[in-house]
Amino acid sequence: MRFNFRAALKDAGISALVSIGLFGAMIGLKTDPGPTSLVLTPRPWAVVIAAGIVFFGRLLILFYKAWRPAGAPTPRRLRAASNQIGHYLTPLLLAFVFTLPFYAGRYWLDLGILVLTYTMLGWGLNIVVGLAGLLDLGYVAFYAVGAYSYALIAQTFHLGFWTCLPLAGLFAACWGIMLGFPVLRLRGDYLAIVTMAFGEIIRVVLLNWVSLTNGPNGISGIPRPTLFGLTFTAGGGPGSFADFFGITPNISQRFIFLYYVILGLALLTNWVSLRLRRLPLGRAWEALREDEVACRALGINVTITKLTAFAIGACFGGFAGAFFATRQAFISPESFTFMESSIILAIVVMGGLGSQLGTALAALIMIGGSEMFRDLADYRMLIFGLALVMMMILRPRGLVSGRVPSVSLGKRHKISAELLTEGHG
Amino acid sequence: MAYALQQLVNGLTLGMIYGLIAVGYTMVYGIIGMINFAHGDVFMVGAFLSLIALTGLGALGITAIPLALAITLILAAAITALYGWTMERVAYRPLRGSFRLAPLISAIGMSIALENYVQVAQGARVKPMAPIITGDFSLLTDGHFTAHLSVMQIAIVLTTLLVLVLFTWVVTRTPLGRAMRACEQDRKMAGLLGIDTDATISLTFVIGAALAAVAGLMFLLYYGVIDFFVGFIIGVKAFTAAVLGGIGSMPGAVLGGLAIGLIEVFWSAYFSVAYKDVAAFSILVIVLIFMPSGLLGRADVEKV
Repeated sequence: MRFNFRAALKDAGISALVSIGLFGAMIGLKTDPGPTSLVLTPRPWAVVIAAGIVFFGRLLILFYKAWRPAGAPTPRRLRAASNQIGHYLTPLLLAFVFTLPFYAGRYWLDLGILVLTYTMLGWGLNIVVGLAGLLDLGYVAFYAVGAYSYALIAQTFHLGFWTCLPLAGLFAACWGIMLGFPVLRLRGDYLAIVTMAFGEIIRVVLLNWVSLTNGPNGISGIPRPTLFGLTFTAGGGPGSFADFFGITPNISQRFIFLYYVILGLALLTNWVSLRLRRLPLGRAWEALREDEVACRALGINVTITKLTAFAIGACFGGFAGAFFATRQAFISPESFTFMESSIILAIVVMGGLGSQLGTALAALIMIGGSEMFRDLADYRMLIFGLALVMMMILRPRGLVSGRVPSVSLGKRHKISAELLTEGHG
Repeated sequence: MAYALQQLVNGLTLGMIYGLIAVGYTMVYGIIGMINFAHGDVFMVGAFLSLIALTGLGALGITAIPLALAITLILAAAITALYGWTMERVAYRPLRGSFRLAPLISAIGMSIALENYVQVAQGARVKPMAPIITGDFSLLTDGHFTAHLSVMQIAIVLTTLLVLVLFTWVVTRTPLGRAMRACEQDRKMAGLLGIDTDATISLTFVIGAALAAVAGLMFLLYYGVIDFFVGFIIGVKAFTAAVLGGIGSMPGAVLGGLAIGLIEVFWSAYFSVAYKDVAAFSILVIVLIFMPSGLLGRADVEKV
C-alpha cells in the first residue's frame, strides 16, 4: 500500500483538533487555590505540546499501518525465530532468577522480590481466572487475609513465619470457599462485580475494625522470617545467620534470603498448578472454562469444581500475603486496594490466560517496567494505564496466546489463539 | 419522623446522582456487553470540567446563577461527551469482537490513565468550591429536629428528572434511539438492516458520558469538593446500582441508583457511617444471589 501523505496529514490534523478539544480546558486551565476561592491559571503551551504529541503520534501510527497492513502474516523467519526463543526462554529465565542474587545489588534484588510476588499472585489468580474461567476482581481480598492473618497470629501467639504460613494459606482458602458459596450461581460479569464488592468489603472492614487491625494506621513490627531459627538481623549477634556461619553480618543477607523464599513460594505455586492441570480436577476446571453446560451434562460436579478453584487460588493468595507482611514488616489497608486486584488481573490477562510463562513475563514487564519509570513520578501511572490499553490493542489474547492441551492422545499440538472459542464461566 | 424524612430527602438526592451515572454503565453493557470501568472516571472528568467552567465564568464576570449553571452544564456535557467518544474510538473499538476480557482490561487501563491524567493536569489536592445555590425550606419539625429541603436538592432532583425525560424521549421516540435499541437486541441483525452499528455505539458512549457530566456537575454543587480519585468509589457504586436494577435496563438503572442512595444514607444515619459501603455492597451481593438478573433485568436464557 502506498503511503498517502496528504490523507495522513489530514487525519493527524483532525486528531490534533480533537485533542485540543479534550485538553483545552483540562490541561489549559489549571485550578489553583486563590485568596478567596479557586483561580484559573492558563497554560496554553501545555495544550500545544499535548496536541503536538497527538499529531505526530497519529502520523507515526498511520505510517506504521501503511508499512505493515493489519492482518499481514508474520514473516516465516520471524515466526521460526520466536519459536526458537520460546523453546529456550523458560530454562534461561529460571537460570537467571536463580543466579540473580550473586551479581545483583540490593535495589535489583528488591525489585526482583516485588516482581516475584506479583508473579506468584498472577499464578494464583491464574488458577481461578485462567484455568477455571471464573472472573475474579477481588483477588486482593485473599492477599489481605493472608497478610493480616500472619501479622495477627504472629503478634498474638508469638509464632514464627513458617508456622504461620500454612495457617495464612488455610484462612485465605476458607475465605475463598466462603466467597465461593454464594456466587456459585453467578456467571461472567455478575461474578466479577460480586467478587469486586467482596474485595472492597474486606478492605473497608480492615480499615474500620480498629480494635483488631489498628485501622488505617496498620500493623507494624511484624516478625521477619528465619532460616531454621537463624535470624537475619542487621547487627548479627547470637542466634543470627551471620553468627552461626561465622561471616560478617550484612543487611543484604536478609534480602537474598527473602528473595529465595519468594522464589520458592512462586515456584511452588507454579508446580502445584502445573500438576493440578493433569489431575481430573484440573481437567474439570479447564472443561468448566470452555463450557459449563457441557460439564453439567457430563456429570462433573460444578459446585465442587468451582469451590476448589476458589479455595486453591485463594490459598496461594494467602501465602503471598503472608510473605508480603513479613517482607514489609508493616501492613495497612492501603496496600489492598482494588487497584492491586486489577493489576494482578491485568498481569494474568496480559500474559495470556492459563499460560504460566506468559504470566511471569507479564509480571516482569508490568511491575519491572513501571518501576523503571519511577523517576517520572506522577506520569508513571499515566503511562502504565496507557500501556495497558496499548498492549490489549496489540495483543488482545496476551503475550503467550496459544494453548497446549493438558492431556492429548499422541503428539501435543499447540492450538493457536485464533482457534480458541470463549468460555462462559 | 423528621429525622427519617430528612434521610429520605438526602437519599433521593444522592440516588439521583448514582442513577445518572448508572444509566451510562447500563447502556454500554446493554449494547456491547462490556463493563466500562472507566465510566466512573468519566464522571470525575465531568465534575472537574464543571469546576473549571464555573471558576472561569466567575472570572469572566458571568455571575447570574441560572445562566452560569446552564453554560457550565452545556460545556461540561459537550467536552465530557468528546472524552467518551475518544475513549470508545481509541481503547474499545479496536477490541470489538475480540476476546471477552480484553476490553475489560483496556477499560481498567483507561480508568488508571484518566485518573492520573487529571492528577497531572490539575494537581492531586482536593478542590473546594463555595456553594452557589443556597437557601432551604423547612419541611417538618419534630421535637428539636427540623427536616430541611434545600434549593440545591430540588435543583438536583429536577435537573436529573429533566435530563432523564429528555434521554428517555431520545431512546424511545427518535430514529437514533430506535437504532440503539436495535443494536442492543441484536447487533449483527441491526447491521444487516442498514444501521451503522459503529456510529450507534459511539453515540451510546457520547450520551453516557454527557449524563455522567451532568452527574458530575450535580455532585460538585452538592458536596462542594472533588479530587481526581472521586470517580472510583462513586463509579463502583453506580455500577452496583446498574447491576442491582438489572443491567441493560435503563429504568432499572435509575431505580437501582435510588435504592443504593437510600440504603447508604439510611445506613449511615441509623447504624454507622464507616460501614456504609459495606451495606451497599452486601445488599448487592444478596440481591444477586436471590435475583441473579437484578430487579428489572431479564433473566438470561442460555441456548445450548
